[in-house]
Amino acid sequence: MTTRKILLIGAHRLAILAYIALALFPLFWLLKVSVTPNDLLYSEGVRMWPSRTTFEHFEFVLRHSAFPVFFRNSLIVSGATAVVVTILASLSGYALSRFSFRAKYWIVAIMLLTQMFPLVMLVAPIFKLLSPLELTNSLTGLVIVYSAFNVPFATFLMQSFFDGIPKDLEEAAMIDGATQFMAFRQIILPLTLPGIAATLGFVFTAAWSELLFALMLISGNDAATFPVGLLTFVSKFSVDFGQMMAAGVLALIPACLFFLLIQRYLVQGLTAGAVKG
Amino acid sequence: MASIDIKSVRKNYGHFPVLHGVDLTIRDGEFIVLVGPSGCGKSTLLRMIAGLEEVTSGEIRIAGNRVNELAPKDRDIAMVFQSYALYPHMSVADNMSYSLKLRKTAKEKIASAVGNAASKLGLDPLLERRPKALSGGQRQRVAMGRAIVRQPKAFLFDEPLSNLDARLREQMRAEIKKLHADLKATSIYVTHDQIEAMTLADRIVAMHGGIVQQVGSPLELYDRPANLFVAGFIGSPGMNFLEGRYRLSGDHADVELVDGTLIPIAPRPSLEPGGRVTLGIRPEHVVMGGTAGMEASVDLVEPTGFGIILHLSLHDLPFKVFTLDRDALKAGPKVRVEFPGKHLHLFDEAGNRVE
Repeated sequence: MTTRKILLIGAHRLAILAYIALALFPLFWLLKVSVTPNDLLYSEGVRMWPSRTTFEHFEFVLRHSAFPVFFRNSLIVSGATAVVVTILASLSGYALSRFSFRAKYWIVAIMLLTQMFPLVMLVAPIFKLLSPLELTNSLTGLVIVYSAFNVPFATFLMQSFFDGIPKDLEEAAMIDGATQFMAFRQIILPLTLPGIAATLGFVFTAAWSELLFALMLISGNDAATFPVGLLTFVSKFSVDFGQMMAAGVLALIPACLFFLLIQRYLVQGLTAGAVKG
Repeated sequence: MASIDIKSVRKNYGHFPVLHGVDLTIRDGEFIVLVGPSGCGKSTLLRMIAGLEEVTSGEIRIAGNRVNELAPKDRDIAMVFQSYALYPHMSVADNMSYSLKLRKTAKEKIASAVGNAASKLGLDPLLERRPKALSGGQRQRVAMGRAIVRQPKAFLFDEPLSNLDARLREQMRAEIKKLHADLKATSIYVTHDQIEAMTLADRIVAMHGGIVQQVGSPLELYDRPANLFVAGFIGSPGMNFLEGRYRLSGDHADVELVDGTLIPIAPRPSLEPGGRVTLGIRPEHVVMGGTAGMEASVDLVEPTGFGIILHLSLHDLPFKVFTLDRDALKAGPKVRVEFPGKHLHLFDEAGNRVE
């Protein structure tokens, strides 16, 4: 190996390390502040780790704040949105991937169009639409809005996964005696598990961290999701950073668990061996 | 098992026609090979019989019943795909039994059908494996097994051996032939490989440009090709063609080549004297080494082991000779070639065979 090559590899590794450090630093800071006692927060200056750590913020958040309610609401909204969107997107993605129909071009164009608007523009009309239906201040309303916004992208995502599965497989199943829907359910869907996992994960995190609509459509603590709930730590006179960060750390847990669960499918290439190898 | 009737079947993609009216009757138990170059419509025809493509016009009947409107699952046919199309998330046994399970066959029946097919194809030790743990040849066998467990009315093969290496292809070709002799199932086999067509078929259907060029037994196509396309497509190395004009003098006929050489042939009453014709002769029928005949220069010598292919220039046009004579390896820069009359094929200006 030449020196040049070693240097190049070294530089490559260093660049990756620098990137990881940069990407993870805010998370580290979140954790650091969450365990810093209040009296040290402003008195110690900028330090990488406080001289004394405490879990009192976590305790307060869990015992004395409305955080568990926010947490439960977020879980319901994100979970429901992820499931609804994934079901709709796998059906529509399959249709876009496999069928040719007259309005296909326009449907794709319109779905793309929905992705081009800044969401802020839509807050007022959506509020106007939902309020006579009594869907403001309700988790169902949030699920509907989040689903509507995530279906187009998730459809394109699922379509690309279906495109990667050879058409021969369904044709073989149909000749073997399956209807198109049976072929979809028994042959194609199991092979799309990585895609479904990716879609679930993407939509779940998108809904989990959504603030704008949650803030606009929800008032009061009962139906608030946790990004809205975080704002309750901001009061008129001060920001309770320790508790806010502790809540943030707790909010990371389900997202991490979720990805741990689906990562097996994310990395697995199930189609290996389907066709010529 | 069943017969298949194809009556003036056409296929258009939009306004673009890919099949211009195909008529074909396939007898019960017959092995038919559809052969032709890429894009000739052979796979489209097969997929229409399977129900995977819609029929633009015309009619397809399987065992006497019109199937144009039937879904693939209701046609009771089995198909082997070029890509094998094995279900990757199922074991070999599940792959083979899937069609029977869909038909709600009893468990014991499924087990015995899968067992029979597996032992016929030598798949017994592989039944629990997933497709990705199999070699190409084994996957090919599983695909065949999946087709035979169900005992369908007909087998459709879409270039099933194209993804195998040459040795394995030869072996599987023989196995398919044995299997057909054993099951006597009506089979339609699509290939672009004329050796597969020649060796497997009861009858070959040669296709080109969406039109059936000739239907006949392998030797009929080899001995009496109906037109220039079939003549050039069947046989390897391919037939040599020489342009010329038909000359008649009394009861004696010749083809006059561009350089004025006269090649004597049997008179063809249907031809106008002076008309343009094409003379065809297979490389293996050319006689070399005599003192008569035409002089050609040697461009290239290809020994195949079994014989030798000589690439010649005759009137500056490429011309091939296949010979078993090893002395041809030592051929000088010039050789003389003769065309025995009984091996000459004559085609008219439109490219059709003239007897």
